[in-house]
Amino acid sequence: MKRKVFAYPYIVWMALFIAVPMVFIFYYAFNVDGSFSFSKVWATLSDISKWRVLWVSIEIAAGTTVFCLLLGYPVAYILSNMRKSIAAFISVLFFVPMWMNFVLRTYAWQAILEYAIPNMLGWTDKTLTGSVWAVMMVLVYNFIPFMVMPLYNSLSKIDRSLIEASGDLGANGRMTFFKVVLPLSVPGIVSGITMVFIPAITAFTVPALIGNGNYNLYGNEIEMAFKQAAGSAGSADYSVGSTLAIILLICVFISTAVMNRFDKDHEEGGNLL
Amino acid sequence: MKKVKPFRYVYLALMLLFLYLPIIYLIVFSFNDFSTGRRVSYANLGRWNGFTLENYTNVFAGEAGSALLLTLEVALITSVVATVIGTFAAIGINSMKKRPKSIILNISQLPMVNPDLVTGITFMMLFAFVNGVLVNMGADRLSDIVKLLIAHISFSIPYVIFSVMPRLKQSSSMLYEAALDLGCTPMQAMFRVIIPDIMPGITSGFIMALTMSLDDFVVSYFVSDLRSTLSVYMYSAARGAKGVNPALATIIFIPLVTLLLIVNLRRISKEREDEIQNKKVKMKG
Repeated sequence: MKRKVFAYPYIVWMALFIAVPMVFIFYYAFNVDGSFSFSKVWATLSDISKWRVLWVSIEIAAGTTVFCLLLGYPVAYILSNMRKSIAAFISVLFFVPMWMNFVLRTYAWQAILEYAIPNMLGWTDKTLTGSVWAVMMVLVYNFIPFMVMPLYNSLSKIDRSLIEASGDLGANGRMTFFKVVLPLSVPGIVSGITMVFIPAITAFTVPALIGNGNYNLYGNEIEMAFKQAAGSAGSADYSVGSTLAIILLICVFISTAVMNRFDKDHEEGGNLL
Repeated sequence: MKKVKPFRYVYLALMLLFLYLPIIYLIVFSFNDFSTGRRVSYANLGRWNGFTLENYTNVFAGEAGSALLLTLEVALITSVVATVIGTFAAIGINSMKKRPKSIILNISQLPMVNPDLVTGITFMMLFAFVNGVLVNMGADRLSDIVKLLIAHISFSIPYVIFSVMPRLKQSSSMLYEAALDLGCTPMQAMFRVIIPDIMPGITSGFIMALTMSLDDFVVSYFVSDLRSTLSVYMYSAARGAKGVNPALATIIFIPLVTLLLIVNLRRISKEREDEIQNKKVKMKG
């Protein structure tokens, strides 16, 4: 008996529950009364409001990514300059909140922004939820560990002797940072950006709980399309949601392709921490 | 010795405060008295009314309790099944030729790269389709727990595979053949030689699958109709008027943090030992 056989149950499982479900997105998008047609896809694509939501959520996700990068880079940089064992301990502290339930973390911010801070300030008719800044802050909160993690990995891999060499050759601290450290950390920056940007576009819980429904992200649009389809009487029509999902998949595909170009040293699997 | 730069520590401390603030907030308010008159409403999470342990005594009353049971049930079955299928899959894939191996590994990454949202909606459509077929055949629809299990096992298996794979790479492929040469049947070689050798990878795969399943919100949200897991319950409660009992935060967070700290501190102290060991070796050489 070959050892290959041990993989067969998984291959069957994978085909049924990983590959086939993906086909359904395309099936429901292009299937009109049992035949292949672009008509429903076209109807969804020509709906300007969908594109507006996509644009707004790209803006919000881009803002989130920028803030994550600006706030997260110093963290990763400081950690990479510490003694390994201390840095490892502190980085664990950074990643622990990430393992608390996403919904619960977001709910905590909802409570703080809606009740705690207004109560403290004595407001009676105003809350801090429902603004685009609140949504963005909570998104930053939720995704910053995903930025720090790859940055820390790539910064701590930089050969110390390069930094010393730069100093020996007359560069001051700032020049060393901008000419040596920053360029060498680009792979970390790129993978951090992709790890924040796409999840931020799809994070429909944050706008629902923090944005009071004022700032819908692309994820909300997809969520509503599917939940409405499922809730409607008769056979559900998933075509709108599927079309929106295909556009999302194209974004994912592009960002993965970009990341793979930068991420030359392939690490297979391993721990998430 | 480097100069100590206090600014750096202040920055790290501030960032940690930002990350832990909501968690601390929920934990503090889990001792708050929320009863206004006879009714209990967690919606007013901002005003301190006095200390009570009542939130803990009724934390799993009603819907939250059944949601917790469902979550635990799904997470346990998922992690066991995913670990078994994933471990055998990793062993099988590892012995494949390069081409099929890379194809399978690439498809396995799909659930890890895909946004949760896409995974969720694809399962929703799959189950809607299957239910349609079942109803036409006159059979019952799939129950929520079956749907949740299929979905959770599917997104967990890849994490098991990618935890076991590195461990398999480290161990020699000769080991299996040696076991066969020494008279083991393939099954014996598997259970007495390979599996004990890759046990640490299997354990971390199991823990990954367990946490992924416990933590999942998005996929469960799209997959289940009638019964809700804990995170789905919390989401609907957070959107509703009653709010979420903050005691849930403590009850979920404390065990998780303890588990993670133990796992990681063990790893760190081992790395530290290795570091010291390496230094000694270097000094001798």
